[in-house]
Amino acid sequence: MLDAFDARGFRAGLWIYAGAVLAFLILPTLIVIPISFSASDLLEFPPREFSLRWYQTFFGSATWMAALRTSLILGVLTAALAVPSALLACVAMDRIGGRSAKALGGYVLAPSVIPGILLAIGLFFVLAKLRLIGTLGGILVGHVVLAIPVAVIVLRPAVARFDWGQVTAARSLGAGWARALVQILLPQMSFTLMTAALMAFLTSLDEAVISIFVSSGQNSTLPKLMFLSLRDQIDPTIAAISTLWSVLVIGIVLIVNARRTA
Amino acid sequence: MAPLPITLDALRKTYGDYVALDDVSLAIRPGEFLTLLGPSGSGKTTLLMALAGFVRPEAGRILIGDRDVTRLAPNRRDIGIVFQNYALFPHMDVLANVEYPLRLRRVSRREARERAMSALERVKLGAFAGRDISQLSGGQRQRVALARAIVFEPRIMLMDEPLSALDKNLREHMQLEIRRLHDDLGITTIYVTHDQREALTMSDRIAVMKDGRIRQIDAPQDIYCRPGSGFVAEFMGEANILAGGDCRAADGGTLSSAATLMVRAENLHLDPADCGPDGIRLDGRLAGKAYRGENWLLQVELPSGRELMMSIPSARSEGCEELSPGDPVAAFAARRHAHPIPAPEPEAA
Repeated sequence: MLDAFDARGFRAGLWIYAGAVLAFLILPTLIVIPISFSASDLLEFPPREFSLRWYQTFFGSATWMAALRTSLILGVLTAALAVPSALLACVAMDRIGGRSAKALGGYVLAPSVIPGILLAIGLFFVLAKLRLIGTLGGILVGHVVLAIPVAVIVLRPAVARFDWGQVTAARSLGAGWARALVQILLPQMSFTLMTAALMAFLTSLDEAVISIFVSSGQNSTLPKLMFLSLRDQIDPTIAAISTLWSVLVIGIVLIVNARRTA
Repeated sequence: MAPLPITLDALRKTYGDYVALDDVSLAIRPGEFLTLLGPSGSGKTTLLMALAGFVRPEAGRILIGDRDVTRLAPNRRDIGIVFQNYALFPHMDVLANVEYPLRLRRVSRREARERAMSALERVKLGAFAGRDISQLSGGQRQRVALARAIVFEPRIMLMDEPLSALDKNLREHMQLEIRRLHDDLGITTIYVTHDQREALTMSDRIAVMKDGRIRQIDAPQDIYCRPGSGFVAEFMGEANILAGGDCRAADGGTLSSAATLMVRAENLHLDPADCGPDGIRLDGRLAGKAYRGENWLLQVELPSGRELMMSIPSARSEGCEELSPGDPVAAFAARRHAHPIPAPEPEAA
């Protein structure tokens, strides 16, 4: 009797605990959705009246649109540069093996554990020397540095699982190294590469610290502009952007998951 | 195209302190089926990979025909290789796997298809062209790997234990089939295995390797019946290495020579009539016996403490069943089956 009671109590406790964790994970994100549809000039919850005016503000503003464009371009370029670099790094680490591979691994992953503010300050000085402050290229460098570790984490297990005998075989059949990688390794990693590209894209899209330091004027990214607008004028445009943002990201993740199970 | 000879000249390869190839020289004849045989770590796979171009020797030269290929990239050597784990491309179907080397050589789509199909027919997989690799059995995968290695008509073929993952019956069947394929195509073939029976079955010549060196290279019958050392004798099959003192003449007299002799287990008989007038005789006591279907195995302890292994065909095994441990056993061998070999070398530590 006591056992059954304990078990039931324990299970109920677990359910409550798990429910609370899930709620805290998702609720702060969901709360911006009603706010974004508010008719009020202030961020308020729950909203008293509903409207689409903040979506209109966002899409009607040249500044916001420029920032969105910058962010999307940066995201795509970041993925395009970070994923090939990360893939080659993973191949190198896998082929070298042993201690030097471990050291290389630590080096490549370092940007993901170094505090973002340190990276941003360091990058600021380097880019200043190179006269790249305020340019798209400057931010791109920073974003690629941050995205490489993310892509490496995604790609490395897949590269480690790959049967390198296939590349050896391809070479014996007449393919050079590069061709063997492109024709034999890449097609078998297409899904992992897509995931890595997506993660790199999102890393860039979400990055604010480096952007605040390095970007300027018409090259401001969306997250930078959001931070500045939060500081200067608090209006629900931010909530509208956040909502769109969440829909975009969730949509991408759902599509990827659907492909994975298909 | 005429098959090409291969010349290996003092090849050397080390990994740290480990000497994988210790000045290996070897002349492979055009069109020959040569097997590299040896225990693991003997250097046979390193030698094969050096031929393929995946291992770069520190010293020595490799000539294919009269062309020095020592520093040539693997993809330029035009050598067909069949790997132990097949190394098929799982993202391509059977036909695409076999067409791949032709595509690399810019053969037209139609010709590639025709040649790939005829290679598949040759390995009896014509009906499987459209299958995925994952739908094939191990034996079928091995055949696809074979077709892929011959489709571009290489003049040299390397095989690295290609049958080791197959079960025994299929393996024995494939041995004959690969040998027949070799005879049809006439490609110079170098085959690596650690299975002496496989080497005996398939080869024109066998090179026995140990510790990065070739210990003996000879035709199967020579290497089996007339091994040059105790190591080769024991590696090639059940061998009894006997000191002169263990043997007597079968007619009761003493033997004149005191040489070390090698007698195969199947050449020892219980019946003195089987060994001829000038045979040798060994006396000992039964230590153990086992019935193996086609034969009986008898272990006989000689007075010197040496153990003798006898293989008696079941058809001629009268009396084997009644023998029990401790019983005296007399073993007879024909003189021509007692092959003198150099005294056993002291085992290197």
